Amino acid sequence: MENIKSIKETEEEIIEAFSYLETWEEKYEYIIELGKKLPPLDEEYKVEENIIKGCQSTVWLASDYYDGKVYFKADSDAMIVKGLVSMLIAVLSGHTPDEIINSKIDFIREIGMMTHLAQTRSNGLLSMIKQIKNYALVYKSIETVEKTI
Amino acid sequence: MTTLTARSPFFDVNITRELFPILNREVNNKLLVYLDNAATSQKPQSVIDALTNYYSNYNSNIHRGIHTLAEEATAAYEATRVTAQEFINAASAEEIIFTRGTTEGINLVAYTWGRQNIYAGDEIIISGMEHHSNIVPWQILCEEKKAILKVIPVTDDGELDLDEYKNLLSSKTKLVSIVHVSNALGTVNPVKEIIDAAHNVGAVVMVDGAQSTVHLDIDVQKMNCDFFAFSGHKVYGPTGIGVLYGKKEILESMPVFMGGGEMIKEVTFAKTTYNDLPYKYEAGTPNIADTIALRTALDFITETGKIFVRKHENELLEYATEQLEAIPGLKIIGKAKEKVSLVSFVIKNIHPQDIGVLLDNQGIAVRTGHHCTQPLMAHFGIPGTVRASFAMYNTKEEIDRLVTGLQKAIKMLS
Repeated sequence: MENIKSIKETEEEIIEAFSYLETWEEKYEYIIELGKKLPPLDEEYKVEENIIKGCQSTVWLASDYYDGKVYFKADSDAMIVKGLVSMLIAVLSGHTPDEIINSKIDFIREIGMMTHLAQTRSNGLLSMIKQIKNYALVYKSIETVEKTI
Repeated sequence: MTTLTARSPFFDVNITRELFPILNREVNNKLLVYLDNAATSQKPQSVIDALTNYYSNYNSNIHRGIHTLAEEATAAYEATRVTAQEFINAASAEEIIFTRGTTEGINLVAYTWGRQNIYAGDEIIISGMEHHSNIVPWQILCEEKKAILKVIPVTDDGELDLDEYKNLLSSKTKLVSIVHVSNALGTVNPVKEIIDAAHNVGAVVMVDGAQSTVHLDIDVQKMNCDFFAFSGHKVYGPTGIGVLYGKKEILESMPVFMGGGEMIKEVTFAKTTYNDLPYKYEAGTPNIADTIALRTALDFITETGKIFVRKHENELLEYATEQLEAIPGLKIIGKAKEKVSLVSFVIKNIHPQDIGVLLDNQGIAVRTGHHCTQPLMAHFGIPGTVRASFAMYNTKEEIDRLVTGLQKAIKMLS
């Protein structure tokens, strides 16, 4: 599905949603709910090359590229991570490689989930973001090559 | 009539808690409940003071200085060696080699004794419940020497299959390297029996004491192991310091590990002769401060009394096991008859990591994951566990908070 909202707009929506959640329990319940709502990834995508291996949980991230836009699908065996991934996908999927590469992804800090960016959680949101941006970079370079040919 | 309670009049957990400043800390606005002691223990004020006292008053390089500070630092450093010797009842202080920790101790043996004594076709036996630190160094050695790594299977209760172990032993067995207490399950392995059987076929035995040294009485002579390694930071001491014990005659026969200062007798460009034990294995300026503070930590344990601490910790283990087992869907992994105060568990349909995150938000520190024992986790068919491990300063009230915290986490995730 093409994302008609800009990255910034989706981020702001998430930040607004979290602003209504006061306690840590509410915030995590919401993230868990997002995790549950994210449709499970088809088994065909749950392959070694789609795995972002952390120390504790596994994340599968698959991507697709058409009409100049990158689309992401993901899953995780841990629910909180899955909820966080779900937000990342909502923000970044359906945008051009350049938009993805240049995105700052500030919402994670804004909603108070910075700890999940820490190295120790090495399931790391950080490595997920890195992988998402890597995909964008790859699609961008393929595009450039194709244009030159 | 006074009733005898299990709690010793010599050990009061509330008094003990006051000695550990970190226990006053709040995490996420709640008083910290620290149940990750198998990863590292907290430090009493006396250990922290020993570190600052060294740096404030007598910091100096050791052994070759002629001035007062060097003499004081050397004396304190060598005093730890004697304390460590007594702590594990080694026959002599020369048998105590300072390392960075258990991992370095095992690697030292693999790179020196292993290189010298393992040949193609030889067999090394480890167990299915080893920490990666007691797997990888031997895999590296086996690959290099074309030797064979054999693994003692683990039963469903999390004990070693000793019959199978005895079947694995043969004249080809050159080394058995075994964990004394499992970091993932808490199982206390019957090391004496394992060692005796290995010696019967002429094999050398290394014991990984990373988890056992803080809980059990260690007597390396009685155990009759050839090598024993432990880490300072798991015995209420500083990080970056550990001890490798080796029988003197074996240590003397082994080649050197790292070259540099301290470990030499005489250096010329034609030939270098090496220092005597234990300095032969302590190249370079050692970790002086942490070594000195390790003595304070070992003395602290001895003064508190291991037997009283063990009683307290066993009570905690029993209470935690009982309380946790009452939680629907919770399954304890590792039900060995002999365990130290550590409970590893999984909860049906919930990933351990989710539990860890939600407990942390309630100020409760546990360890989640594979505990650096991936083969063991694979054996049980799980990605990992939640592990609560107890130390002398933990209380039943803290276990109650763990249980309440878990119930809350489960409710949020269901």
